[in-house]
Amino acid sequence: MTTIEQPLDQPPDLTDAPGKLGDKVFGGLSKGAGILILVTLAAVAIFLLTEAWPALTGDLTVLDGGDTLIEYVGPLVFGTILAALLALVFATPMAVAVALFITHYAPKRVAQTLGSFVDLLAAIPSIVYGLWGITVLAPLLASNVYPFLDDHLSFIPFFAGPASTSGRTMLTAAVVLSVMILPIITAISREAFLQTPRLHEEASLALGATRWEMIRQAVIPYGRSSVISGAMLGLGRALGETMAVAVILSPADVYSLNLISNQNSNTIAANIALKFPESSGLEVNRLIATGLVLFVITFIVNAIARRISNSGFSGADG
Amino acid sequence: MTATMPTAPPSPSAPPDDLTVGRLAGTTHGAVIVGAGAAGSLITVALGGFKWGWALVLAAIFYIVAIYVASRIVEDRRQAINRLATAVMTMSFVIVMLPLASVVWTVASEGWARFDATFFTETMRLTPEQMASQRDGGQVGGAYHAIIGTLIVTGLAAAFSIPFGLFTAVYLVEYGRGKLARAITAMVDVMTGIPSIVAGLFAYALFVIFFGAGTRSGLAAAVALTVLMTPVVVRSAEEMLRLVPNELREASYALGVPKWKTITKVVIPTAIAGVLTGITLAIARVIGETAPLLVTAGVAQDTNLNPFSGRMTTLPVFTYNSYKFPTLPPDASIARAWSAALTLVVIVAILFTISRILAAVFKPKGL
Repeated sequence: MTTIEQPLDQPPDLTDAPGKLGDKVFGGLSKGAGILILVTLAAVAIFLLTEAWPALTGDLTVLDGGDTLIEYVGPLVFGTILAALLALVFATPMAVAVALFITHYAPKRVAQTLGSFVDLLAAIPSIVYGLWGITVLAPLLASNVYPFLDDHLSFIPFFAGPASTSGRTMLTAAVVLSVMILPIITAISREAFLQTPRLHEEASLALGATRWEMIRQAVIPYGRSSVISGAMLGLGRALGETMAVAVILSPADVYSLNLISNQNSNTIAANIALKFPESSGLEVNRLIATGLVLFVITFIVNAIARRISNSGFSGADG
Repeated sequence: MTATMPTAPPSPSAPPDDLTVGRLAGTTHGAVIVGAGAAGSLITVALGGFKWGWALVLAAIFYIVAIYVASRIVEDRRQAINRLATAVMTMSFVIVMLPLASVVWTVASEGWARFDATFFTETMRLTPEQMASQRDGGQVGGAYHAIIGTLIVTGLAAAFSIPFGLFTAVYLVEYGRGKLARAITAMVDVMTGIPSIVAGLFAYALFVIFFGAGTRSGLAAAVALTVLMTPVVVRSAEEMLRLVPNELREASYALGVPKWKTITKVVIPTAIAGVLTGITLAIARVIGETAPLLVTAGVAQDTNLNPFSGRMTTLPVFTYNSYKFPTLPPDASIARAWSAALTLVVIVAILFTISRILAAVFKPKGL
């Protein structure tokens, strides 16, 4: 009797089999597609660099808005990070609460429907959220909330005012961004919470824990790393979000922590969308250079997210 | 639990040895809800006029405080915190649903005005008579050219990225071992994170090199969308192919079927439900992309059927442009923007429904 030398998950060597040519072609196509992924990504980096190069090396004093690239891109980076962080701060606790509500509080039958509703909301185009933000949310906040913040809390730098009457502020943009990234964070957290081992939950309840104590002891530790990587994914989305900010924000070339005034730091993506259609020459190169900066920022954020989700603590071994 | 059980029963009439002693009675809970609602409304009225929003916000705050205090008196600290948590979760859910419901409602109600036959059959190449009619507040012009543009651009992007993504997924699951596969997996992750505007800039940069500065075309837009769509297809297809049990592959090999036929006749048909669902959702994701199309395809007033040259309007860009650069008076233009937004949402919802149906129809039997 001969022993099987090849591992079982490898196909037997069919050198004379009729499918050999087909195998070669199909395998080649698959490998080619895989390599094309690498080529595409390299092409993204190379072509962006090529087109950004004149702005990275050239003399930018002929253009408005900052003599150097750093001067130009600084307020934009500031605005991008400010808007995305605010959105993250608003959205994450809400998303976790919603995910917990769907998985552990809502009736089972309703939970499924609610879950797919949240998924659908994640796919609504950003331009639609932008239109909603400028038409519904901005006037609402401008007439009800901003005057209040300006009158009573203006000692906090964030609410220094004067309050915008149009509502086209950083705070409005951040709220809309948080509404947009919330379904993403919710979907990932919900998935993780659903996978909490049933036995952990039952053990906790059997020891007399209340529902909230069970969630704190069993569900949240198990899903923590997923929630964090979901939040980072949401942050990445918020950093690159373009149209909602472009429609809502009333931009200015400033560094401003003031969230409720008419003078807001713009974001990189919105700035490109607003200026690109009318630009030409070196201006285009400069915008592409800012796009490169955005690419680097989101790359770093996503790398951190991956590291967290890969090395993530899972309740299963604790 | 019994050691910390408070002495005060929920109501004096309850018998002392009842199991409900030390638990908040349903009637008390109901009273708290009604009380909070009433208090919220009364305070709003007292502060100058009843407003739904403020009344609800105040009622919610009163409810959260009152349920905690009531539970703290009748039950114990742990139960009180549990009830507080339940109240906060439920409130958060309601708070989150409000803006989301408002988005859907606003788009539906604002978009309905121009959701008519003219909107779907006319372009923005207006005749002088139509221009005059628009100045008098007439509802003219449509998004026919934008819908055609969206179909062409998204169709091309799908034609590029579906085979591209599927073959990559097949490579990663069936062939890939070692360094190359790991590199591809990592790069797919990076690609997933590319901001859509950066994908647009890439496609622009690519086409500038071949066609000169300022070039705009539907093909460039399709390339930008391909960069965004491919990683989504790879991710979902990979996940689905990995779910196919290895026994099926082994059974096929044991019958002497070559590998490529095993993949095309056994593996992919088994996973087809998930793969098609993933593809549909990927299309739904890119069909609403605005930023990359704005920088690559631009805006045109008329239908452009040729993706290789010339500007091509798409629905998201049409929405943005009609809102941001309205005609005079702006009403007609803004009505068109909302109708285009509604069309987009309807398309996304239809794609979602299709993905659900596909998942149900092609569900493998006996797995």
